[in-house]
Amino acid sequence: MFQRKLVTALAAVLSIAFAGASQADITVGVTLSATGPAASLGIPERNTFELLPTTIAGEKVNWIVLDDASDTTKAVQNAKKLIGENRVDVLVGSTTTPNSLAMIDAAVEGETPMISMAASARIVDPANAKTRWIFKTPQSDALMADAIAISMKANGVQTMGYIGFADAYGDGWLAEIKRSAQVTGIKVVAEEKYNRNDSSVTGQVLKLVAAKPDAILIGAAGTPGATPQKELVARGYKGKVYQTHGVANPDFLRVVGADGNGTLLPAGPMLVYEQLPDSNPIKKVAAEYITAYEKKFGARTTFGGHAYDTYLLLRGAIPEALKVAKPGTKEFRVALRDALEKANVVATHGVFVMTPHDHNGLDNRARVMVRIDNGKWIIAK
Amino acid sequence: MDLQIFALLAQDGITNGAVYALLALALVLVFAVTRVIWVPSGEFLAYGTLTLAGLQLGKASGIAGMLAVMAVVAALMEVAKAIRQRETRHLARSLAWWAGAPLAIAGTLHLVAPMQPPFVVQILLTLTAVTALGPLFYRIAYQPIAEASVLVLLIVSVALHFALLGLGLWFFGAEGSRTPPFTSASYEWGGIRVSGQSLLVVATSLALIVALALFFNRTLYGRALRATAVNRVGARLAGISPTFAGTLTFTLGALVCAFCGVLIGPITTVYYDSGFLVSLKGFVAAIIGGLASYPIAAAGALLVGLLEAFSSYWASAFKEVIVFTLIIPVLLWRSLTTHHHEDEE
Repeated sequence: MFQRKLVTALAAVLSIAFAGASQADITVGVTLSATGPAASLGIPERNTFELLPTTIAGEKVNWIVLDDASDTTKAVQNAKKLIGENRVDVLVGSTTTPNSLAMIDAAVEGETPMISMAASARIVDPANAKTRWIFKTPQSDALMADAIAISMKANGVQTMGYIGFADAYGDGWLAEIKRSAQVTGIKVVAEEKYNRNDSSVTGQVLKLVAAKPDAILIGAAGTPGATPQKELVARGYKGKVYQTHGVANPDFLRVVGADGNGTLLPAGPMLVYEQLPDSNPIKKVAAEYITAYEKKFGARTTFGGHAYDTYLLLRGAIPEALKVAKPGTKEFRVALRDALEKANVVATHGVFVMTPHDHNGLDNRARVMVRIDNGKWIIAK
Repeated sequence: MDLQIFALLAQDGITNGAVYALLALALVLVFAVTRVIWVPSGEFLAYGTLTLAGLQLGKASGIAGMLAVMAVVAALMEVAKAIRQRETRHLARSLAWWAGAPLAIAGTLHLVAPMQPPFVVQILLTLTAVTALGPLFYRIAYQPIAEASVLVLLIVSVALHFALLGLGLWFFGAEGSRTPPFTSASYEWGGIRVSGQSLLVVATSLALIVALALFFNRTLYGRALRATAVNRVGARLAGISPTFAGTLTFTLGALVCAFCGVLIGPITTVYYDSGFLVSLKGFVAAIIGGLASYPIAAAGALLVGLLEAFSSYWASAFKEVIVFTLIIPVLLWRSLTTHHHEDEE
């Protein structure tokens, strides 16, 4: 009985997966991390793809969304399958930097443009024959790290400590903040690592506090970012605490509670779109997306915004590509790539101005400093 | 490093060590009686914390649904067994036991959760619900293959681990939860601050260990379990049902893990996949005790906790490396000092 159920379920899943390109429809292949360690980022992304319309510029669009379980090998498999079997016109994904980096070769081999939803600048830099095909929507860590360093400087910080994930995310941030800190003349006096699932960070926090930095940056994503923060408060740390934009979701606020008050972090403007001035064009775009998202799935996260921004980029580029060729052909994919490279799109996280040398295209408009105040995000002055 | 930092780290290590000790005890108990290496023990711990955190928000649908589904599956298996053996005399009683009890717990959870009962009631509900999963898993997954080799049982355990992980993500979501502290008191002795929460964890763990020791030494059921652990065939000849022993063992094991979950909830953020790493550290402790000795396993757990606390101070990037490398010299020492004999296959 169970086996039969399993077979039915499998058949249903496969039929969705293979319901790919009937000719002349546009096919978008998405792989994201809806399960595994990056699930808290991947789930709002998957939700966002459920909201998207099924036509762009009058053409039918098939969204094929696959889960890569935060696993690099699976992400590459998905990418190859989407390109080889589903003949997608554009590849979207994945959620994390390691997965996205691993998918690049598959995308280049298949001569298919790819839009990543992961943060690292290494995905699109430097511009070369490979990264020609690759774009990404989230702000680079460097852009956000600069915002933190500038804010620290303005608050009179001279020495800082860092505690972050012992993985690609934490190491990437450590490298970026060291660079930004050096530029602004702030000294990094302590570096500590911890794991997302650690049951205690007492040791690391004691060492940080002993170094007496004026400010501490926590390089973590999602609720795990609350663990060192709560420990810092418990150990009576009085300096400023900074977080990265990785924690910008409602669950972080729930877990960190009152211990989060006063924490500063850089974030995409969509997080606080209500507080933006009406003259800011991002406000309208973000309002549209967030109203639709919150109606169906509950509180906003910035990660869902990165997924929506890939749609906005495609909505801008697909009409241009349609002028050149029919979907499902190599010419269409090339035209789509060319159109993406000329994109000038107002999105939820900022304004994308793509050039051959900048396949991210975000600038200062893509970041605001936000303060946590009694469980709310407030734009910091 | 001054005395203050040393004391704080030691306190942290002992608190975590106490939790690992409980997990190690559960692992040793389950292995000794049923030969199952209980990989999903960590998931039971995570379910404990997350169910309690869910009850705080007035939600218990996930775990209640899971209990209900498993109760139905277990009941169907009982009916199938009765038909196969043409033996329906005990069917009513086993149905009441396998379907009635879990369904009653699921129903209670469903009704009581939205009422936001007092904290103590929430804890009791959590312990009852997660504990009830233990015997149900034994009935559904392990009992039909109780005589299989250790390797087969281990593979089933790994499969269950992944199943519970996926269900956990589905029930509780990807983000973690914390439960409110039991006490915010803290005491100061000679300039060293000790948090009431840590004391409570250590005291509760000790109490549970003593209670288990009394259970195994003083009660008939406890002795029956010990007898099964020492000699399965002999115990069976003496009239101890291996099925009953297995069910009781998994009930106790699940209770201990649920207890761990409730204890660590206020100390750390727990995620749907937090349990595995914690249970792996409990497993290191259990290995130190050779998966047989309770006191050595408890001492091993303390060692793991302290090692973890101090290595996170000195070399935080290598913390896990240091803790898990401990298993190599221990295995070496054990394989050199104990006379290994194959008691099966």
